[in-house]
Amino acid sequence: MARMKFLCDAERCIECNGCVTACKNENEVPWGVNRRRVVTINDGVVGAEKSISVACMHCSDAPCMAVCPVDCFYKTDDGVVLHDKDLCIGCGYCFYACPFGAPQFPQAGAFGLRGKMDKCTFCAGGPEPDRSEAEFRKYGRNRLSEGKLPACAEMCSTKALLGGDGDVIADIYRERVLRRGKGSEVWGWGTAYGPAPRPGAQPPAPQGGKS
Amino acid sequence: MRAPAWLALAAVLVLAACGEREQVTEFKHGKYQGKPDSQPWANAPLPNEFRGGTWKQNDRTSWEESIKNRQLAQHEHKRIYQ
Repeated sequence: MARMKFLCDAERCIECNGCVTACKNENEVPWGVNRRRVVTINDGVVGAEKSISVACMHCSDAPCMAVCPVDCFYKTDDGVVLHDKDLCIGCGYCFYACPFGAPQFPQAGAFGLRGKMDKCTFCAGGPEPDRSEAEFRKYGRNRLSEGKLPACAEMCSTKALLGGDGDVIADIYRERVLRRGKGSEVWGWGTAYGPAPRPGAQPPAPQGGKS
Repeated sequence: MRAPAWLALAAVLVLAACGEREQVTEFKHGKYQGKPDSQPWANAPLPNEFRGGTWKQNDRTSWEESIKNRQLAQHEHKRIYQ
């Protein structure tokens, strides 16, 4: 059984925003809603600039599903997290719960009225008949039912953004890292928790006073 | 004889306010309340000119094989140098 995931290689991402454009175009996402966006750190610093493309990561234990008061989320057999827009009340709890800022809310009316939640569907549509007009209008294109992968990943010019079964794309990334001799420290445990401690190393002495 | 019964009843009523009820909500996994969704492999493949996958309708294994081949096409080391 596949578990559909995205993986973005920060060594390859050139911040072209092709994935963002592909998503917008493929799903005809309205103004003000970005299902996918490119995040850059150290912008403009030579040699230190890194970009990754972020959208819904289709978490295995999705916090949005846990907090939804109307239980409009479900997970497909392929591990894609989807929701029923007919049930969504636009409360925004999922937005606060999501660590990636994936849920988006269109400004549906006057006075900043919040519409129903919209997010990346892994190009898998939603709970409407596959490839139907209703499905496209509410959720976007259902590329998985066409035997295709998400448009963002397939469109990525440097193949920084990989989409598919977690095991398959992890193998692709692993082989890339082995071939180029570096990279796992860019997007992995090393980034999140710092480099591995050397044997016998002492923890750094605390510096400064009160923070 | 009646006084102890009244006293006991009054004590129950008075002391009932001292009891503490659990105020933390117990988290329960919700169950999806929306419409059912169909599976991608339940659809027929697209005609060849649309460059979709090829699988047998309603056959999950063949759909998974098709989508896996599509995923491996993202691996340029295998796609280009084979």
